[in-house]
Amino acid sequence: MNFPSIISEAARSLGANKLRTGLTMLGMVIGVAAVVLMLAVGTGAQNQVNRAVSSMGSNLLVILSGSTSAGTIRMGSGNAPTLTTGDAEAIAKLPNVQAVAPTFPGGGQVAYGISNWGTQVLGVTPEYTSVRDWPVESGEPIGETDIRSATRVALLGATVVEKLFDTEDPVGKTIRIRGQPFQVVGVLKRKGQSLDGRDQDDSVLVPITTAQSKLFGNRFPGTVRFMFVQAVSQEATSAAENDIVLLLRQRHRIQPDADDDFTVRNLTQAAEAASATARILSLMLGAIGSISLVVGGIGIMNIMLVSVTERTREIGIRMAIGARQRDVLVQFLLEALMICIVGGLVGIAIGVAGAFAVGRFMQIEVAFSAWVMLVAFAVSAATGIFFGFWPARRAAALKPVEALRYE
Amino acid sequence: MAGRFIEVEHLGKVYEAAAPGTPAALQGVSLGIDQGEFVAVMGPSGSGKSTFMNVVGLLDSPTSGAYRLNGKDVSGLTTDELAHVRNRVFGFVFQGFNLLKRISAAENVALPMVYSGAPGAERRRRSLELLAKVGLAPYADAMPNRLSGGQQQRVAIARALANHPQLILADEPTGNLDTQTSMEIMDFFTALNRETGVTILLVTHENDIAQYAGRLIRFKDGHVVHDGPVAHEKAAE
Repeated sequence: MNFPSIISEAARSLGANKLRTGLTMLGMVIGVAAVVLMLAVGTGAQNQVNRAVSSMGSNLLVILSGSTSAGTIRMGSGNAPTLTTGDAEAIAKLPNVQAVAPTFPGGGQVAYGISNWGTQVLGVTPEYTSVRDWPVESGEPIGETDIRSATRVALLGATVVEKLFDTEDPVGKTIRIRGQPFQVVGVLKRKGQSLDGRDQDDSVLVPITTAQSKLFGNRFPGTVRFMFVQAVSQEATSAAENDIVLLLRQRHRIQPDADDDFTVRNLTQAAEAASATARILSLMLGAIGSISLVVGGIGIMNIMLVSVTERTREIGIRMAIGARQRDVLVQFLLEALMICIVGGLVGIAIGVAGAFAVGRFMQIEVAFSAWVMLVAFAVSAATGIFFGFWPARRAAALKPVEALRYE
Repeated sequence: MAGRFIEVEHLGKVYEAAAPGTPAALQGVSLGIDQGEFVAVMGPSGSGKSTFMNVVGLLDSPTSGAYRLNGKDVSGLTTDELAHVRNRVFGFVFQGFNLLKRISAAENVALPMVYSGAPGAERRRRSLELLAKVGLAPYADAMPNRLSGGQQQRVAIARALANHPQLILADEPTGNLDTQTSMEIMDFFTALNRETGVTILLVTHENDIAQYAGRLIRFKDGHVVHDGPVAHEKAAE
């Protein structure tokens, strides 16, 4: 028996019983589609969390200034003018500290031409973009000279660019912030949502000195509301935290029994918690994916076992009229192979389409991995081929008379 | 003794799965069959006639004794060689027809040629020729379940003839058919035996059917109890 006629014999046999072929293929389709869909949704969710985590910047501490009290009313962190640019410079010299980004935030209306938009305006130093891992996409960053001279320059977040400019390149244009003209020197790369869902791109960055002296009138020159501190490494964040507390207590001349007039928060912990959540999520989805694969595999196994065992008599007839064992095995192997390849491809297509539909419908991100598809395909195909082949082999090993007697 | 087409000596067969105490299905059967003979094998059920047929057809193997086909001992043949003999030398016709249900009559007839490696066009040509010979030319592309029992059996006979066999093994070929159809089938076998000289080994339990053969072998309890020319009862009446 030559190879082309074995292939056509297998194809004829599959075409001759469309219901059986369809059902067997369905097992394969469902197994593969379930895994691809499940993991596409899972990986998408994990990516979303990971991006939010990394958008914060890495190894970060935040120092907030202390609270003020007006009589018995305590105003909360960040209201007292206890942190200064001097503190920032001193912290920057600590051994565990990589960089410090003192920040002076405010809000205001920004305008260009006939468009205007209310947004967050952050007074920052050149370190801010590197500490927050927020690169300038086009144009120039804020430089040291801008800080020294308190120039009216601005970096725009992607959302602000969208609100103020249609198709124009914002770099070099003059916008107004709280009525004052600022030159746009650059545009920041899109950063996406923060962990708590705020749109981080809805921000304008200006030199901190400009914010302090020109934009938001300040009764206490040189003070900042909060600063981001980047530790040299993940391990150094706790040590950096202790060093900063000691240094600031010393600089602020706080008595040993008095409370701090500032607060240090370790953002790494928050990031770790979020990463751990994402990791658990992905493990869980991996587990669900594996279960789908096993369940799909069992489905494929069952239908293959039943449909091939049921054909024992057919195998007997074929052997009686001269099929060799090898002819029978190759035919059943090819049939299983064809079912698995077509079923697997259809399963991947349905899984991908389904994931897109779910993503669209539920407004969540989905991510596909060729690796997942390959594994789902390979495992299901291996199951299908094995359980299509093995009962055929058992039947072909019988004497023809025994196979013929099978009802 | 060399030169006989089929020769069995002291053939014995014991089924492994048989209940203890059951007598062996074949107990030392020795006989020979020559080319061109039309042999009917008769006997009550359990007499060993079907077992004898399966052993001769190489669908089953004996537990003892020798079986020479064209002077060659078949006990040393590999399963592939056995398949080759079944494919080229034998043609089978079963009581239950044993057609593949999901493929057409012509494709069923062509099946032995698939395994002998004939090209597709040749298979089609020969299967149509054979179907015409059994009177089923208009039904070439019909599915077996659309055909009557007699028509299905004729498809099975056409299939048995596909590779120009030397021996047709027919196990109760008329067992599922009415008298009229049975006679048509038997007339066809007789003509085939006379015209082409193909050897026919026919198992039956009906005297009327055995009448068509030239030689009658009777089995009982695994033994041959009668072997001789068919006594034509019709003539005796």
